[in-house]
Order: sequence, then structure tokens, then C-alpha cells
Amino acid sequence: MPNLTLSQLTKAFGATCALREVSFDVAPGERIAILGHNGAGKSTLMKIVLGLIPHDSGRVEVLGAAPGDRAARRQVAYLPENVAFHPALTGLEQIRTYLRLRGEPVSAAMGLLERVGLADAARRRIGTYSKGMRQRVGLAQALIGKPRLLVLDEPTSGLDPVSRRDFYTTLDGLAADGASILLSSHALTEVEARTDRIVILSKGVMVANASLDELRLQAALPIQMHVQARAGAVEKVAESLGGTRFNGARVNLTCLPDQKLSRLTQVTALGALVEDVDVIPPSLEDLYTHFSKQVQP
Amino acid sequence: MNAVLAISVAEFRIAFRNRWVAIAIAMMALFSLVLAGAGSAPTGTLGADRLSVTVASLTSLAVYLVPLVALLMSFDAIAGEVERGTLSLMLTYPLGRFEILLGKFIAHLLILSLAVAIGYGLAAAAAIWSDPRASAGFPAMLRLFWTSLLLGGAFVAIGYAISALARRPGAAAGLAIALWLVMIVLYDLGLLAAVVADDGGLFTTAVFPWLLVGNPADAFRLYNLAASEATAAAAGIGAAAHTIPPAHALASILLWPLLGLGMAVLAFRKVIP
Repeated sequence: MPNLTLSQLTKAFGATCALREVSFDVAPGERIAILGHNGAGKSTLMKIVLGLIPHDSGRVEVLGAAPGDRAARRQVAYLPENVAFHPALTGLEQIRTYLRLRGEPVSAAMGLLERVGLADAARRRIGTYSKGMRQRVGLAQALIGKPRLLVLDEPTSGLDPVSRRDFYTTLDGLAADGASILLSSHALTEVEARTDRIVILSKGVMVANASLDELRLQAALPIQMHVQARAGAVEKVAESLGGTRFNGARVNLTCLPDQKLSRLTQVTALGALVEDVDVIPPSLEDLYTHFSKQVQP
Repeated sequence: MNAVLAISVAEFRIAFRNRWVAIAIAMMALFSLVLAGAGSAPTGTLGADRLSVTVASLTSLAVYLVPLVALLMSFDAIAGEVERGTLSLMLTYPLGRFEILLGKFIAHLLILSLAVAIGYGLAAAAAIWSDPRASAGFPAMLRLFWTSLLLGGAFVAIGYAISALARRPGAAAGLAIALWLVMIVLYDLGLLAAVVADDGGLFTTAVFPWLLVGNPADAFRLYNLAASEATAAAAGIGAAAHTIPPAHALASILLWPLLGLGMAVLAFRKVIP
């Protein structure tokens, strides 16, 4: 049974349609990234899943319960976008409060703060924290207990690259234990490597819902090949392969996915003239642009 | 219950760090001491013990000050969370909105009781120090203390309702002050004007007592005055107050905190973070 089921989910704010008939499931252990421009409906979708705002029509089931149901809230963790805390409390006090609210022993507070690298600042007031530190307090509270569904809105904003990597490693651990993860992000490159499936929202409509490989296949965007020629051989390489010359030593080719192997055969046929070849599949940015440009009704 | 207490502890800590605890105590202590000093003059003429006189003065002080302190503490309770952006996360935790309010209520009532206890305690100490007969006034002082907490509780709860309705701290502060003016200052003036205009008619005999007892501040004053004859003379509406049984006034001050919490919960339910 999926941990989260959305079926024909629709939500309008006045005349603007925030979400239109969005349907997808999240299985236990699955990591899903929701991508979309600002205002595409990512945060709205998350708030509906959490029961913070009601939806107009469609069905939402969170761990077998209605969204916002106490049974659901017990097992769902949330990290809001731009998470905020009362500036007068220390990080430790804040996490202890959240532990009590979840009925967990407060002795776990320091361990949680250590996990997000805040042990040294634990006894300082949150008012003195940087944005990245507040974000880490937010992560620490999302790790309380054993959440079966984590809803994370832009979880890595404000984090440095090392913290980001640590954060995704933590998520991998949670997912391996069977937790479902639903996150939104603007940093497409990190999502690329760290999620199982990608949902793209555009103006409230789900335009894509598949793994990165499947999305590449669906989009059939051209593949880039960078052919590095031996010294003095770039003329010959360009002549036989076509494409555009770059930097005087490289030839750039583009081809469709189904032409990839035949193109590579041509490249290897040049033998010693070629020093190296890089095959660059369409990036998530390309796919994202492709899918979010799809015609809207 | 653990969750409710967690909210209370955090709320008390925040109020302590923001100096609200100190401000509330200082306000109550300062006014109580001033009254204790000023109230010493008429003791001889009234023949009452010093503490009873102090209680009478404190009653008319508490009617103004306790609701004010209560509203000042509570107006930010929900609007502030909305503005800071802390409410949405809190609402995803497995506790009900009523529990959040109850947690805050316990903390704010605790601060209020500290302030009132210290304020009244200082005034009482001054009275006992200067008049050996003052112990006769103890029951009145005790009654004043717990009715002050009920009055404060009512206005803390009403403050939450305002906070939830306003949704912005600035608007909530304005509404709180307006409500204080209307319920504490203008209400009595309006009633007095109506009674004078009515000249002993149906309004004065049938409607006025209910309107009077319906306001928690007036009910508080009536209940404390009814118990102490020495103070009845000091009150402007004392004469009219005699037509109202103290039990009605007591019922009013007991019901208002519950009524206020009910209003606060209803208003809070409508808040979408």
C-alpha cells in the first residue's frame, strides 16, 4: 500500500487554479522530487498533504488516513520552506519542545542536533542563528521519531554543499528504512542523483511523473557528444563527423537518443584521430524546461 | 497532556526572555504599592481594618489593570505565530488546536498569577505592617486573588480570539486596546448614561442588571464589592449592584474564561497558516 495517494487532486484559490487533477502515489522507501516554477503548486500540494489547507476535490490518503488526521500527523514530518522558530528559544529548547509534542524522550534532543551539525550552537538562541542553521534546526525536528512520510519544502536552501550531501545521505538512510520522501527543490542537479522519481508541476498541472531515465526517453531530447581530437586532427574529425568545432581541438555533435550508438560507431571508426569522447545526456534542466513548456489548456 | 505542558513551558520561557514576566510583575507591584500608600488616609473614618480597605482599592485597580495585562500578553499568541511563520509547522504536529491554546493559556495564567500574587502580596504586607487588625481582611484578599485570575483568564482567552481573528500582530494589538476601552471604560459609562436617561424605567430594573453582570469586569467588581460593605460606598454603580445577587456575578466570572476559550477555539479553527 502506498504511503501517500493523490487522486485527481484539485485546488483553486479564487479564480486561480493552484492544482488541477494531480494524481500520483508514493510507495514506502520511495524518494520523490517535485519540481516546478514558483507558483506551480508545489507548496500548495504539500500543505494539502499535511492537512494545513483543504482541497476542493479529488482524494488524498496519507498513511491510510485523511490528511491532517491525528493518526497521519503522528507519522508525517514536515520541513516548511523558510522554516522559522521563535528567536527567544535556544535550538536545544526548541527541539526538546518538538520531542515532547511527539511524545518522544527529550534526551534525544542533543543527538538530533549533533546529527545536523548544530551541537556547538545548541545552547544559543535561535535569534542568533544564520539561515542555514535555522534550516538545520528544521531538519532536526523532521527527523524526530520514525516518520513514515517526510514532506520537505526546499529542504536544502541555505545549506552549504557539504551539508547538502550529508542531508541527502540522511534521507537515503530514512528511505532505506521504508520512509517515503516527498521533497521540492530548485537545485535540479542534486535532485537528479538523489531521488527515485520526479514529478513536474506546471501551473498546477502534473506534466511529468517518472524516473529520470524514463523522462529522458519520453522527452527524446538530443544527446550531446564531445569528441576530443588528437593534436592537428581536428579538421579531419570535423570533416568526417560533421558537427561544430570548439576550442580548436574538439568537435561537438548532437544526436537523438536512437542515433547514439550509430554515432558512437562513427566516432570509434576514426581510431587514432580521436583522443577521447564524452556522451552527455540531456540534463534535468533540459528535461524540466521541455516538460514545463508543454502546452497548457 | 505532555504536549500541552510542552507548549506551556516554551511559552513561559519566551515570555520570561521577552521580559513579559518582569513587566507584568512590575506593573502590578507598582500600582499595588501606590494604592496601598494612597489608601491609608480614610482608614480611620471608615473604621474598617486596613487590609479590607486595601482590598477595596485593589478591586477598582484590578478591574483596569488585570484585563490590560492579560490582553497585552495574549494578543500576539496566534497572530505572532502566523507572522513569524511558526504556526504551519506546529499544526503538523499531532496535537489539536485547542491543546495549543490550552498550553499557552496555562503559561499566561501562570505569569498573571505571579504578577497578581506579588502585587497584592506587597499591598497586603504594607497593610498588615501598619494595622494589627488587618488579618480580618484576609478572606477578602484571598477572594480578590482568585477572582482576579478568573478575570485575567477571561481576557487572556478573549485576547486569543482577537489574535486569531486579526491574524496580524499590529491589527491584533489595536483590536485588543479597543476592546479594553469598550469593555472596561466605555461600557460602564454607556450603562450609566442609559440608566440616567431611563430614569428608573424598565431598562433599569430588567435589562441593566443583566448587562452589568454580563461584562466580566463588572461581574468581578460586583462580586468583590458585594462581599465587602466597606467598599460598596466607594463604587459609583454600587447602588444598582445591590439588585444583583453575588451568585450571578460569580457565575459570570466563572463562565467567562470558558466562554473566551470557546470563542478563541472557534476563531483559531478558521486560521489557515
